[in-house]
Amino acid sequence: MKFQEKLLYSHIAFEELFDVSNPIHEKRLKALKVFEKKGFPSRKDEAWKYTSLNSLINRDYALFPKKETPIELKKVKKFFLYEIDTYKIIFIDGVYSPFLSDTTHDGLDVCLMSAALSKFKYRKIIERYFGNISDNKDSLTALNTSYTREGAYIYVPKNVVAEKPIEIIHFSTGKEQAIWLHPRNLIVLDTNSQAQIIERHQSLKSHEVVTNSVTEIFTNKDALLDYYKIQNDLTSSSLIDNTYISQEKNSTASVHTFSLGGKIVRNNLNFFHMGERINSTLKGITILDGDQHVDHYTLVKHSQPNCESFQEYKGIFSEKSKGVFNGKIFVESIAQKTNAFQQSNNLLLDDLATVNTKPQLEIFADDVKCSHGCTIGQLDNDALFYLRSRGVPKKEAKALLTYAFANNILDGVQLPIIKKRIKSLISKKLGVNLGFDL
Amino acid sequence: MLKIKNLSAKVDGKTILKGINLEVKPGEVHAIMGPNGSGKSTLASVIAGHEDYEVIKGSMSYQGEDLSEMDPESRSHKGIFLSFQYPVEIPGVSVTNFVKTAINASRKAQGFDDMPANEMLKKIREKADLFDIDSRFLSRSLNEGFSGGEKKRNEIFQMAMIEPKLAVLDETDSGLDIDALKVVANGVNKFRNKDNAIIVITHYQRLLEYIVPDFVHVIFEGKTVKSGSKELAMDLESKGYDWIKEKN
Repeated sequence: MKFQEKLLYSHIAFEELFDVSNPIHEKRLKALKVFEKKGFPSRKDEAWKYTSLNSLINRDYALFPKKETPIELKKVKKFFLYEIDTYKIIFIDGVYSPFLSDTTHDGLDVCLMSAALSKFKYRKIIERYFGNISDNKDSLTALNTSYTREGAYIYVPKNVVAEKPIEIIHFSTGKEQAIWLHPRNLIVLDTNSQAQIIERHQSLKSHEVVTNSVTEIFTNKDALLDYYKIQNDLTSSSLIDNTYISQEKNSTASVHTFSLGGKIVRNNLNFFHMGERINSTLKGITILDGDQHVDHYTLVKHSQPNCESFQEYKGIFSEKSKGVFNGKIFVESIAQKTNAFQQSNNLLLDDLATVNTKPQLEIFADDVKCSHGCTIGQLDNDALFYLRSRGVPKKEAKALLTYAFANNILDGVQLPIIKKRIKSLISKKLGVNLGFDL
Repeated sequence: MLKIKNLSAKVDGKTILKGINLEVKPGEVHAIMGPNGSGKSTLASVIAGHEDYEVIKGSMSYQGEDLSEMDPESRSHKGIFLSFQYPVEIPGVSVTNFVKTAINASRKAQGFDDMPANEMLKKIREKADLFDIDSRFLSRSLNEGFSGGEKKRNEIFQMAMIEPKLAVLDETDSGLDIDALKVVANGVNKFRNKDNAIIVITHYQRLLEYIVPDFVHVIFEGKTVKSGSKELAMDLESKGYDWIKEKN
């Protein structure tokens, strides 16, 4: 049986685990029909031209482990921002780990999707927001919706500033040799509220794991969201990240994506503007080697006047790695005075590394400022010579130049601990010890 | 210390140097002058080991060792320093961190441990004072947004930190106003001693009023066409390079 068929058959058994009178039961069933009809995307789909899922979907995976596999804190501590106090929502093989987590209902809700889906007191929020911004015609999003069970649920009420950053971490242990995960997150920032969120998917040993994640985020009026995706997984792990952000007027949302590892990573990052004077920021650093493949597929839909979006992605590709950047900016006719910027800069360090970068602008308003640019280049030989002539060995000199190339992306990182962590991950990724913290 | 005999070198298939002769001994200051495009900067790059330049004839040795197959970092570790005409900007890496990296890379190559932090700090302060460099400057990203003068001053500061045996200063005077020129020249003169040597590459005699050379060489169309004492620089200043061009 093909895995795609298994997903359809297994759904009956999956649904039996739940209360079928739940309002999202219907949404699950509807979504499954979409997936049944469309199946997995192939390279014939324009949006998947440069990323093939064939190597992932032509095999079998375990779908929903029932029990938690305990892991010791000391084994995973390094994946946490342990230097500072944070809220934590931690999952192991898709199952919530109360032991590793640190949730709250004090002033704001940082808890579980399963709880939010089953408890009556969350029903209003669920009915208002769940599935309302994600693209239910998209087959992978639909697949996630049909298997929605667990994930993070965050609700920050009006005028509340989440005082601690919130970490959402999904571990996979390798207990199942191959596992397919469907985390589903819902994040609502109510009027004039603020939150900083860090999301990570991490395998603890080499095994086939595919995570098809959907995150829906709503930033209401005047809200401020600062979101970081740290992607530094093992080369046996793949991630399809579908993030949908709906912004109301005067809200600010920024997403930084650091893609430093994984087998195949696809980031579908979508922003929708529902009011005026919205600010959206999408930034990323991608550093790949070996056979790694990362595809950033962004969409900013400007549907209201006087909004801004700012996208900047830096990619560094060595060995046989592949990068893709597709940035779509859509400006509706009503969205006058839009200011949209997009930039994709790439370094190819080896002959077999490739990058495909494609800006896609559809502008229907006449009084807007939209600019885009992409570059693909190599390290500058003269710059390399400068560093080497000062005694810095070639490898370290290359690393310094590479870091210098990507450095400005870190300027927008608000959390110093994230900046520090990313810098140390970058020097590890570049395989050098420069004798100082970058 | 440095012996260059009948050296020819090419870049991108074009022969730039066509017969350079130069011998530099410890304690000496040599000035290399010549019109635009004569090959002065190419010679500097070839001495420091730029891999885009290929030596096609002649020889070049440093402290008795053939340089032709030596990579730039090894040359640096053995004491060769090049002050760049156009230093490279490295965003995100501070002047201090870069200097530390450079010094410790060299120490490592020579089998020493890293310089202790307090010793490094003391040295940085001492040399920064020498060049009127304040601490804010040291924490800025290397060369990023520096003015022309700041870049050159930073180059000479690095030289003072690294303490090379042979320093090649490529047009260190260009882009400097007279006050900055004096500061830089003063630093170079303090660096100068009986064990190290300096090669000053310049268009103008002006710098040589402050860094007085023992020898002056004139390069024209990739060849050393004239060598002499510091008076040669004065002659050039009064007669201009046409005087050399006519003679060749």
